[in-house]
Amino acid sequence: MPNERDPRVTRVGSLKANENDLRVIGVPRRRVDARAKVTGQTRFADDIFLPRMAFCKLLRSPHPHARIRRIDTSRAVAHPGVYLVLTGKDVPIQYGILPVSQDEQALCVDHVRHVGDPVAAVIAREELTAFEALDLIDVDYEILTTISNPEEALATSAPRIHEYGEEGNIHKLVALEFGNVEEGFAEADEIFEDTFFFQGNTHLPIEQHASVAIKDPDGKLTIWSSTQTPHYLHRALAKVLEMPAAHIRVIATPNGGGFGGKSDPFNHEIVVAKAALMLDRPVKICLTREEVFYCHRGRHPILMKFKTGVKKDGAITGMHLQTLIDGGAYGSYGVASTFYAGALQTTTYHVPRYRYQGCRTFTNKPPCGPKRGHGTPQPRFGQEVQLDKIAERLKIDPANLRLHIVESPNAVTANFFRLGTVNLSECIRRVVEVSGWKDKFRKLPEGRGVGLACSAYLTGAGLPIYWNKMPHSGVQLKFDRCGGVSIFCGATEIGQGSDDVLAGIVAQVLGIDPFDIRLFTGDTDLGPVDLGSYSSRVTLMAGNAALQAAERGKAIIAEGVAEKLEVPKERLSFADKRVFDSVAPEKGVSFEEAVCIAEARFGTIGTVGSYTPPKSPALYKGGGVGPSPTYSYSAAVVEVEVNPVTGWVTVPRIWIAHDIGCALNPTLARGQVEGSVYMGLGEALMEEQEFRRLPKKLSHALVHKFPSILEYKSPTSLDMPEVITELIEEPDPQGPFGAKEVGQGPLLPIMPAVANAVYDAVGVRIDEIPITPEKIMKALAEKKAGREPRFGPSHFPRINWPEALRVPPPWEGGDGNAVNDVPRRTRRVSKKEKVLTS
Amino acid sequence: MLPIESQKTSQIRFMLNGEETDVSFAPYKTLLEILREDLGHTGTKHGCELGECGACAVLLDGKPVLSCLVLALECGGKQVLTVEGLGEDGGLHPLQDAFADLGAAQCGYCTPAILVTAKALLDQNPHPTRDQIREAISGNLCRCTGYLQIFEAVEAAMLKIAGQKTSAT
Repeated sequence: MPNERDPRVTRVGSLKANENDLRVIGVPRRRVDARAKVTGQTRFADDIFLPRMAFCKLLRSPHPHARIRRIDTSRAVAHPGVYLVLTGKDVPIQYGILPVSQDEQALCVDHVRHVGDPVAAVIAREELTAFEALDLIDVDYEILTTISNPEEALATSAPRIHEYGEEGNIHKLVALEFGNVEEGFAEADEIFEDTFFFQGNTHLPIEQHASVAIKDPDGKLTIWSSTQTPHYLHRALAKVLEMPAAHIRVIATPNGGGFGGKSDPFNHEIVVAKAALMLDRPVKICLTREEVFYCHRGRHPILMKFKTGVKKDGAITGMHLQTLIDGGAYGSYGVASTFYAGALQTTTYHVPRYRYQGCRTFTNKPPCGPKRGHGTPQPRFGQEVQLDKIAERLKIDPANLRLHIVESPNAVTANFFRLGTVNLSECIRRVVEVSGWKDKFRKLPEGRGVGLACSAYLTGAGLPIYWNKMPHSGVQLKFDRCGGVSIFCGATEIGQGSDDVLAGIVAQVLGIDPFDIRLFTGDTDLGPVDLGSYSSRVTLMAGNAALQAAERGKAIIAEGVAEKLEVPKERLSFADKRVFDSVAPEKGVSFEEAVCIAEARFGTIGTVGSYTPPKSPALYKGGGVGPSPTYSYSAAVVEVEVNPVTGWVTVPRIWIAHDIGCALNPTLARGQVEGSVYMGLGEALMEEQEFRRLPKKLSHALVHKFPSILEYKSPTSLDMPEVITELIEEPDPQGPFGAKEVGQGPLLPIMPAVANAVYDAVGVRIDEIPITPEKIMKALAEKKAGREPRFGPSHFPRINWPEALRVPPPWEGGDGNAVNDVPRRTRRVSKKEKVLTS
Repeated sequence: MLPIESQKTSQIRFMLNGEETDVSFAPYKTLLEILREDLGHTGTKHGCELGECGACAVLLDGKPVLSCLVLALECGGKQVLTVEGLGEDGGLHPLQDAFADLGAAQCGYCTPAILVTAKALLDQNPHPTRDQIREAISGNLCRCTGYLQIFEAVEAAMLKIAGQKTSAT
């Protein structure tokens, strides 16, 4: 289908001039895995049916916090059709995604920490039999005090949810100071203090997590699973099953949506692996939707306090951010999330002095973790709404204020993150222009309004989750005599188009069609390691590895063809499935012949490529979270209509500009922008992971308020506004063909832009996400009563913060180390400390 | 005694993607379950099995239904169309082509249900407006795309099908 120009997306930038040279990259086209997806043939984990396959179900705790006194499985074991019943003692070894938080057990041994924590597993001939047998397991619980929120966690030192962490139920405390913030406040003309709350929400992938494990004929283990991180699952399985990793094969099936929710190694994956090994038959599990809500790992609820000093022109003199983070029952990525919540404030606007204090607590709720934007959407909401308030007080247009303070390209920020290209100003100018901002802001009739906000996001985490010096991505290429090319890579397709990125880059370099390529991805046996589909890292990291492997293959082929055609190899072009003399294009051979010539000359052709991110200048403890090879930028304008009688918010239109570097496949890039806008809008207006107490006459347990899709509200096709997307394309030297990330960044500005638009529409500040009609009605009532027209948190609790690590920023002569800590470059790091986020 | 799931005491004959099909199954099973588990048609997906997400939609006598809420026993003698039956003459249906070309399938999990739902719409109304398309798929949740590329793909397929009809007459 002709798709040369997509009229619904505007692309701005220097790439356009080169369009004719780029026959695959930058051209809107069908993704390589599209046919499988539109025919229903993409094989998701639950689509795998194997002979003799048994089914697994998990018995989950009905109590939010309890000791397990005794488990009696005898009745379940005796139930007809039951093959095996497992309890915690069968898989007792602790694991977790971060080396510092190895706090999970596949089945709880003696302590359950949230409703839904698994305590036993039944493996049976049929799924229904396994369900039935769950009722036959008798568990004797001793109920413990429930910690239901962070303030309770701060106030309740016993019982402890975990025996590790800072103290009591505080999991992690962070205190970092970059420059003297008090001096910054002293220089300020105005100081703003605002508290915000961002409620938790969940990924809600339509595919429920599923896994199938088998014992291979040679006694090894293979597991297919809906995971975004097969490599990390591989490591966790080796640890818990006490098997050599070389005897374990993890195959990440394409994920039916991930969004971060399938990034942890999960208890159900370990359980089916263990069961398959014990039974010597395939074992499958597919979670129910309710269980998916208990797996969670979604957005952390965060209470935030921003104190920001500004000059009259809006220049920031200092910023102090405090966060109180509801971690739920386990560590998960939480230590990283705690740092992320304080990391990216400096990457959009110039912040000369910055202090961050973060506190993550354990609570008896499903564990929080990484959701699209990982730890950064919450503070981004606070920062961008506060900027709106600052602009209003200073009587500066919010777009102009931001344009005045945008951070410079290639800057090293106060917290030592090295930026790449920064086209945030261009993003702001574009959305201002296309949205008609100047004719709308503070000019629309009552009930209608516009709001603007910006953001930045990583293009891949600069450090791996476990300490090592190896590449973050590897790619192998096999060149076939028939002209086909096979790509082997651990990268995981979760819908974002990771396979298409690899195929597109290799096809571009070799001058072949992406559909001539076969992909073998997400398989720990077949492909070299890629760390996983998280932190928006695949396009840049796996993409660069693919680029290197393809360039190496091209060099070998060019050598052979140059000899054969007697043309200098520098003059050879690879395009249209041919290798030819660029001076005399008729002189050349087909790509197939070229491979044969090279194979005859050099032997079987295979190449490898790998990618390791540049070293970060952030050497202080905690500086491992936030560095990235480069950052993407977004600016959005949201238009709203607020019904003053019902508080109902309608969003007719959103304009968004995203600094992407280069849109490798603009069709997919646009899909990522619109998908991010959609998900951000859901978070802004309706999505929330809420809990409630059962009545006292029942157990009074803290339970999920609505673990179902029906009641966990998310936007439907009827709610989706028109989205006008602008892609800003100035190639970044770090990215393959200049590409930066697009999967997460465009989500970030949506929530604050909605809040700012609501204020423009009806003059009330909703300093809390989601912005529901109830909150708007309450704020309107405050306004009517002559009180502060606002809904949001009013206080931030006292927390005993540790002494901050003091890191002088670059402009104060800092070298990236803390002055009150042992410099990282010189100190001997003990094995235990050799962890990214310790 | 056999576990209940193994007691395939019920049997129906129905038309599955145009083919006469016999199937035996445990009596409590839904249409979704017999399609995926007893007939190997895994193209139809599930996201909740409670009628909330729309991922399991198939056409029953031409109308979209949530196959997780339909008892298989009710389907005797009926016509069922799943994504496996959408293509024509070994090729893709115009809807499938348009979804593939225009980015309407990201993870592809909700896609089979949205495709058959859109087919039902176009069969019944060959020229739907954008609002009618929105309405038709409002029971199918998609977490990836933000729906816009789906609307555009349905519109592109609509034009292609209309063009084919014109050239055929």
